[in-house]
Amino acid sequence: MQISVRVNGKQTSAEVEPRTLLVHFLREQLRLTGVHIGCDTSQCGACSVLLDGKLVKSCTILAVQADEREVLTIEGLAPREGLHPVQEAFQECHALQCGFCTPGMVMAAHALLSRRPNPSEPEIREALRGNRCRCTGYQNIVTAISAAAEKQSKREAQP
Amino acid sequence: MIPSRFAYHAPRTVEDAIALLQSHGDEAKLLAGGHSLLPLMKLRLARVAHLIDIGRIEGLASIRQSESSIHIGAMTTHSELAESELLAQRQPLLPRAAIQIGDVQVRNSGTLGGSLAHADPAADLVPVLLALEAELRICGPAGERSLAAGDFFTSMFTTALAPDEILLEVRVPLAPANSRCSYEKVPHRASHLAVVGVAVQIEFTADGRCDQARLALTGLAPVPYRALAAEASLRGKTLSGESIEAAAQQVTDGVEPLSDLYAPADYRLHLARVTTARALASLAPL
Amino acid sequence: MTGTKRGSTGQIGARRKRVEDPRLLTGQGTFVDDIQLPGMLHLDFVRSTHAQARIAAIDTSEAAKCPGVVAVYTAEEIHGFVPLLPGPAELPGLRAPEHHVLANGHVRYVGEAVAAVVAEERYTARDAREAIRVDYEPLPAVTDMERALEADAPLVHEEFGSNLAFELPLGNETAAALEEADVVIQQRMLNQRVIPNTMETRGIVADYRRSDGQITVWLSTQAPHLIRSLLAELLDLPEHRLRVIAPDVGGGFGAKANLYGEEMLAVALAKQLGRPVKWIEERQEHMLATSHGRAQLAHVTLGAARDGTIRALELRILADMGAYPHIMTPLAPLQTAAVMTGCYRIPCARAEIQGVFTNTTAPDPYRGFGRAEAAYYLERAIDLLARRLDLDPIEVRRRNFIQPEEFPYSSPTGYVLESGDYEVCLRRALEKVDIGALRQQQGRLRSEGRYIGIGFASYVYRAGFPSLPKLPRTGFLKGGWESAWLRVDPMGKVTVLTGTSPHGQGLETSLAQIAADELDIDLEDVVVRHGDTASIPHGNGTMGSRSLAVGGSAVLLAAREVRHKALRLAAHHLGVEVDAVRLEAGRAFLPGHPERAISFADLADLSYSFLDLPDGMTPRLEASATFEPHNWNAPFGTHVCVVEVDVQTGEPKLLRYVAVDDCGRAVNPLIVEGQIHGGVAQGLGQALMETVVYDSEGQPLTVSFLEYATPTASDMPTLEVELTETPSPLNPLGARGVGESGTTGAPPALVNAVVDALAPFGVEHLDMPLLPERVWRVLHEAGAVR
Repeated sequence: MQISVRVNGKQTSAEVEPRTLLVHFLREQLRLTGVHIGCDTSQCGACSVLLDGKLVKSCTILAVQADEREVLTIEGLAPREGLHPVQEAFQECHALQCGFCTPGMVMAAHALLSRRPNPSEPEIREALRGNRCRCTGYQNIVTAISAAAEKQSKREAQP
Repeated sequence: MIPSRFAYHAPRTVEDAIALLQSHGDEAKLLAGGHSLLPLMKLRLARVAHLIDIGRIEGLASIRQSESSIHIGAMTTHSELAESELLAQRQPLLPRAAIQIGDVQVRNSGTLGGSLAHADPAADLVPVLLALEAELRICGPAGERSLAAGDFFTSMFTTALAPDEILLEVRVPLAPANSRCSYEKVPHRASHLAVVGVAVQIEFTADGRCDQARLALTGLAPVPYRALAAEASLRGKTLSGESIEAAAQQVTDGVEPLSDLYAPADYRLHLARVTTARALASLAPL
Repeated sequence: MTGTKRGSTGQIGARRKRVEDPRLLTGQGTFVDDIQLPGMLHLDFVRSTHAQARIAAIDTSEAAKCPGVVAVYTAEEIHGFVPLLPGPAELPGLRAPEHHVLANGHVRYVGEAVAAVVAEERYTARDAREAIRVDYEPLPAVTDMERALEADAPLVHEEFGSNLAFELPLGNETAAALEEADVVIQQRMLNQRVIPNTMETRGIVADYRRSDGQITVWLSTQAPHLIRSLLAELLDLPEHRLRVIAPDVGGGFGAKANLYGEEMLAVALAKQLGRPVKWIEERQEHMLATSHGRAQLAHVTLGAARDGTIRALELRILADMGAYPHIMTPLAPLQTAAVMTGCYRIPCARAEIQGVFTNTTAPDPYRGFGRAEAAYYLERAIDLLARRLDLDPIEVRRRNFIQPEEFPYSSPTGYVLESGDYEVCLRRALEKVDIGALRQQQGRLRSEGRYIGIGFASYVYRAGFPSLPKLPRTGFLKGGWESAWLRVDPMGKVTVLTGTSPHGQGLETSLAQIAADELDIDLEDVVVRHGDTASIPHGNGTMGSRSLAVGGSAVLLAAREVRHKALRLAAHHLGVEVDAVRLEAGRAFLPGHPERAISFADLADLSYSFLDLPDGMTPRLEASATFEPHNWNAPFGTHVCVVEVDVQTGEPKLLRYVAVDDCGRAVNPLIVEGQIHGGVAQGLGQALMETVVYDSEGQPLTVSFLEYATPTASDMPTLEVELTETPSPLNPLGARGVGESGTTGAPPALVNAVVDALAPFGVEHLDMPLLPERVWRVLHEAGAVR
């Protein structure tokens, strides 16, 4: 089947088998390998991307379902130079170790802060329920998201 | 992690979808948000020859108010339920349950209709619809029909939907004035599905007594159910330790409980009573 | 501080941001599944659906006909070119079964590989796997160790006549001491089977170049050089033409320190088929077939005087060997025995170990391997003792701590603790939780019907294994040493090669800090490379909390040598004696004569000009160094956990978690704290929710994240971590391990807290995991709640 998806701001057309999962389409056809696969039951969130601005697990969406829609992956989050504020905060707060869950985690954090610019700690923890990490105990991830929220709200407060 | 091969259909109208269902019979499955069906297909626990994606049909995802009810399109996502201003004001039981489903990603994709049609015995929204006596609008080859939520869920993972029918809309009444509601859930540690979930809405009289109590439970039995005896026991009473305890004891009357590793039958029954008591206590006037 | 020069850049001890983060944060990391090669084939496996069965027949004909399928294999087809997997480490009397890559007519656990399919596409391989028909004749199975030792138990290996793999006593005599003790407590304690669940599952890409026989393997592993040696030996490949690369690796926790059958087969098939072969494990396969952790049971006997002074400790340990033990599987209980007396003066200690075959995937190292088990038994036993004697568990610990002046301390089970200060961690932890106020609050809330519990765990374990002759032959580990190579480019930039193989530990940053500190240059001027056998001559990998203390010490020694050479070259260039020159802040100079100086970069450039070198000096600023620890180092700490138990539902809720840990000199405290956080999360996971459950037929019921819970963000409390720094005398950095501190401290701290909360109901012990139903049931059975 022919699909046409806007991925990270770029319109892309491709031929896919209907059963192709969005995550495989992104990873193997578009070579966006920052989107990771950590489970087979839609639990771990390593494959999280934004689909039309909403956080979804790309392992539980068919590529054909993304036809005529817009996808943002970790590769499209940062500006051309440097890092997105969430990515910066993750580095500053040591919010990643092996880095495998990190792209999904960053996308989840970004989606949260887009909806709620100043989340409380319980809200952050709740918002990460769909993203598993085995290295960090989540401590520094939560710290980083709070820090990113603070940084972003300061930035917005400036003229 | 990889589904077996299927033919994919993306009809643009309900009529086309029904026609596809008719022509492919048993071999066809509807795809809504995909969060019940796709995981099963990926593990090859479900095999589908014709997948009919109803996500491209216009008008199935909306929340609107009529005179006495709220109409919710079947393709409305759990997130949309959770975040709806209209529901928050006029029927808050739905968002209170919806926000407790799965995780953000699941709520952003999973739909009301998909969840109802899947009829998981631990579904969070089913007891809500039972408690609210929701009406389900269904469309088939012969046209539309309505069904009470109580008649829709027939057994575990089975509904009254005919193989060529589509669930279009759910109608719930507006929350009565002077009512309060709660959805109390004990989630499974791993899956976050409800081990027990209790949906309750109580309409109070002017002097603070229960006029009409509605209570439904999920996770406990093969099909979520209304706890009518418990409801009756509350009528005319104020919510006190005693009346709550009496009602909580009755929610498990006559139930053949589900049992699994995480919650064997006796514990599950106990949790149902504790959770009911907590849900009711949360509604008691301060 | 033992011999560490503190540079003016002060890199050691600095909370530096990690240099590996930008690539991992932007999706530019390279994990195995990210590698695509031209003509690459995909490997998939059919796995046993029975815990024990005879394979009557395998029909691969349908699968072979699937379009895109290149080949299908069973044990028979690989017989000629794929050998058996290595057996377990050689312990006296150990019975080692044959371990086939594909089951040879008989399956012994659910998930055992039975057949393999190779196809052009991942999707077609998956389809073909489905088309393979296996005809099983099911046999009775046993997954429980105690049951497995009963006379009428099903036999995992018929030929051995029993399920006992080996028996081993360790330690000295305890009988007399126990006889004389005022009080003896006895408790059966389960250290349940858990699944490592690295977020990246296992995976491999193997490539064979027919023209020159070069084999390149990308593997998600903790130990590329060990894997290379094993592959070379087993597949009879020339080691120098075999290159193993550990790219970015998404967690290991011990489970990726071994060579697995799927991996060896992928390499053999790449050679056989002349095309690259990729295999990526599914999560369900990980839960079924990757090694598990813990799986130990102990009968603990502790004897003490009335004042709480411990006289003797005895462990009767059952250690699960699974169906086919891996190389290190039998070593776990030996580790347990070695550190069983923990941070306490216990004159008599003895372990009676039995290894037991079961119809399960074999346990193998998992963060805390063997030592976390020991800390759990001991710290639980001390709480039981305190309860029995009506003493404060804090005081019982204090009374028995080995005191700083008693080091080195030789334990009855043969472990020599080099140094420590256990009291300092305990005291800081108690201050942090404000123990006095906390206990008052506990009492107050208890009278209101709320059940708060406070749990303590003081632990010590051993990290950074040495090349002890006493270590059983593993055919695997080449020793406890680690190497580093350091070279300075003509422009003064430094490349460090390390034989460690990080997979989340941040060694690209902390090892660079060590080199930058010693050479007194900017961190940005140092790059650390690892995990590629083509560029790193040798190494023993990252496992057992060894990489910083052992691998970091090698880096320090190499940097020190380069520093000396740079000083000699500078002295020659400046025309002075070497003692007159200082190397600081990126330049060499004569103190008091700022104009007589040369920058480090110019010095580096000079070092490449043969004619400018002093007589006898070889060109280039570079050095290699090997560091061999002469003993294990001993990280220690105290963790305090505060819980509230909802006695109606049985759910323990974490209120606070305080960890005070000592890993000696902390090179990068930010990274050290991260190690504690992660370890504590895994430890709390084991204590609260993680467990593998089998049904009576041996079917595992926990095969996905839907059934097997690992902690999520909302399961975790805020972790309050503090470090004390008691330098280790065993290495020039003064460092101790830290990787396994969290998984060692957390389980006893949590269980002790819950048992403390339930003290009013007479609860003395609960086995992990403390799932709500288990807690409720004990209260229910005690008549405490309905």
